[in-house]
Amino acid sequence: MSARLVWRKSLNVFMLSLTGLCALLTVSALFFILGYLLWNGGKDLSWSFFTHLPAPVGEEGGGMANAIVGSLKLLFLAALIGVPIGLLGGVYLAEFGGKTMPFLVRYTADLMNGVPSIVMGIFAYALVVMPMHHFSTLAGGIALGIMVIPTVLRNTESFLRDVPRAMREGAFALGANKWRMVATVVLPAASRGILTGVLLALARVAGETAPLLFTAFGNRYWSPGWNQPTSSLPVVIYTYATGPYEDWHRQAWAAGLVLLGLVLVTNILVRAFLTRGSAYERA
Amino acid sequence: MMSDTFPLMANSGAAAASSTSKIKEHTPAMTTSGANTLRMKVSKLNFFYGKNHALHNVSMDVATNKVTAMIGPSGCGKSTLLRTLNRMHETLRHTRLEGEIALDGVNILTLDVTKLRRMVGMVFQKPNPFPKSIYENVAYGLRINGHKGRLDDAVEKSLRRAALWDEVKDKLQKSAYALSGGQQQRLCIARALAVDPEVLLLDEPCSALDPVNTAKIEELLFELKPSCTLVIVTHNMQQAARVSDSTAFMLNGDLIEFSPTGHMFTTPSDPRTEAYITGRFG
Amino acid sequence: MERHFERSLEELKERLLWMGSLAERAVHQAVHSVLDADDKLAQVVLNEENAINELQIEIDDRVVQLLALQQLMAADLRFVLAIARINNDLERIADQAVNIAHSAQRIVRHPRVKPYVDLPRMGELAEKMMRDSLDSLVRRDIELARSVLARDDQVDQLRDQIFRELLSYMMGDSSVVFPAFELILVAKNLERIADHATNVAEDVIYMVAGSDVRHPAVDRNPA
Repeated sequence: MSARLVWRKSLNVFMLSLTGLCALLTVSALFFILGYLLWNGGKDLSWSFFTHLPAPVGEEGGGMANAIVGSLKLLFLAALIGVPIGLLGGVYLAEFGGKTMPFLVRYTADLMNGVPSIVMGIFAYALVVMPMHHFSTLAGGIALGIMVIPTVLRNTESFLRDVPRAMREGAFALGANKWRMVATVVLPAASRGILTGVLLALARVAGETAPLLFTAFGNRYWSPGWNQPTSSLPVVIYTYATGPYEDWHRQAWAAGLVLLGLVLVTNILVRAFLTRGSAYERA
Repeated sequence: MMSDTFPLMANSGAAAASSTSKIKEHTPAMTTSGANTLRMKVSKLNFFYGKNHALHNVSMDVATNKVTAMIGPSGCGKSTLLRTLNRMHETLRHTRLEGEIALDGVNILTLDVTKLRRMVGMVFQKPNPFPKSIYENVAYGLRINGHKGRLDDAVEKSLRRAALWDEVKDKLQKSAYALSGGQQQRLCIARALAVDPEVLLLDEPCSALDPVNTAKIEELLFELKPSCTLVIVTHNMQQAARVSDSTAFMLNGDLIEFSPTGHMFTTPSDPRTEAYITGRFG
Repeated sequence: MERHFERSLEELKERLLWMGSLAERAVHQAVHSVLDADDKLAQVVLNEENAINELQIEIDDRVVQLLALQQLMAADLRFVLAIARINNDLERIADQAVNIAHSAQRIVRHPRVKPYVDLPRMGELAEKMMRDSLDSLVRRDIELARSVLARDDQVDQLRDQIFRELLSYMMGDSSVVFPAFELILVAKNLERIADHATNVAEDVIYMVAGSDVRHPAVDRNPA
């Protein structure tokens, strides 16, 4: 074996190991976090965790029921605001528009995606909290909703574009006009992908903390209606983790586990749903 | 009696030797000129994709209840021409059309385009069923055009016309994608026929199919002819020879020759046509 | 699956068989116009010639259309080619019948040379060969076709016999030269008719079995 060959072979092995190691590190990060959370938070998951309100400050026990409900309400509001706008905007981008307008819209959407979430929070604060003179679920929902828009928009556009041109032509040839074609053929064809995109977007904003700090703020009790500040899982994790009490720390771990679990499960289910047989052949 | 000595004479249908005129009824391929009514008429059509002058002064007649075929090498403009017949070119940007296209004497450019497309249907190269059930695919055109009467009956009638009913009658609610390629194409034909168009345009309908399914669809065209006018674009000139009554040969956006199929494939008038048909082209 | 062009093939066969029956009738009438010295019958044959020629053109036209427009294969291809060839043979048979009719019209002016014995036999043989060869086409019967081929020798012998006989008559009596000569021509025409009938039989064998039985002397498998 020549020296050159030896060199090449060992370089090969080295690079393979290096890249393999990096891949492994990436993947193990997730499992590390999961494992750590399970270890630290697993024991505190109990029925009372899910159903009771927080105990008075300093006391042991209590649960996170209001945070869980609060998060759900915020997500509901975010969906209500973000999904229709994002969806219809995505339809516009994929189906209508000329050269400049879609380009601007896409560019702006991508920029919005990059805006730090805390800035979104400040924006919502200025927009909603200040005129109302108090924190509210509404403000939190608006902040999260705005964050959902660009993701849903780009995702909807992407899946709509994936629908083969031939299918649209088929509808046209039967005498459908454009909006009818979109509504009855293209959207149903892309519905699976769009739905998964929406769920993923929501799963992502479920864990956003910074925007909620200025908008929903927090609440140790139930928050009826939409006008009052509300507790939410991410904010509660922040508050408890940085608090002085050991009991709070443990509850923070548990909450973290719940949040991560929710996000992971949503992701896994959604991806399985998406790949479970195509709804149509992609051209 | 003559017929006793010559039993063959008694059996043979033709009565007199001067029955040559009778033959012309049986073999439309032999009729010389289409003195039939015209369902569609293209007059001095010029078509532009942006700056590209794709069709040059094309004039062509589409005879009622006959099959008109368009052949020619790739890029000759046959599909472009086909798509102008139901104004599908308008789904693209930067297209321009000059000249006249008439359906039953009416300029189609003055008609409402959705109404036009109900009267002039289209079947595409690759089967393109919607992601719906077989039933819903066929019913789609009926629904959007406001069909009065029982939908079930109309759907069945269409599927029968497309020679697909027997194969799918027990699984109308199944997804259209459960069908084979040949069946999907017949489903697309049924879908187009559901709204009872006067003209059916077929853009290389068999190019994605195997020979057996191609033969089935060719036979289907013969069955449809009495109730529908058919225009077919095909890159397979043997198919045009088998199936059509008149054939148009196109080259680089020009209509080189348009004549009855029997004439075109035995004694073409233009040397370019002859070169293409004998396979000496290019 | 029944294909559309099958109807065209059927029509083609029908037209050919119709032509065959016309040719058969022409031969029968021509022979009898000689045997019965029937001038009017001979004229009928001459009048019918046009119809048969028209049919030949029509059948050729159909054949060209079928070959150009349908990509015929295997049995269909052999069928159409056989029809095209038989078409020609039938027209030649009709031509021969016309020649016989012309001879009949010339013979009629002279008294009968001798009682006709071999000529009617030859006429019957030729007619039967024609009929059988067309029957073998209809029934796709190779055995029947082969039997036609076997009879050709008989017809040739009869012709030779008639030649010899009439020759001796002509040498014996110079006044019968004209009618005897015409009778020799008639015999020759009948022999040609039988030949064409064997051609038809050979074409039928090709069509049905795919084997070309013409010219047995030709070596089909040169080493």
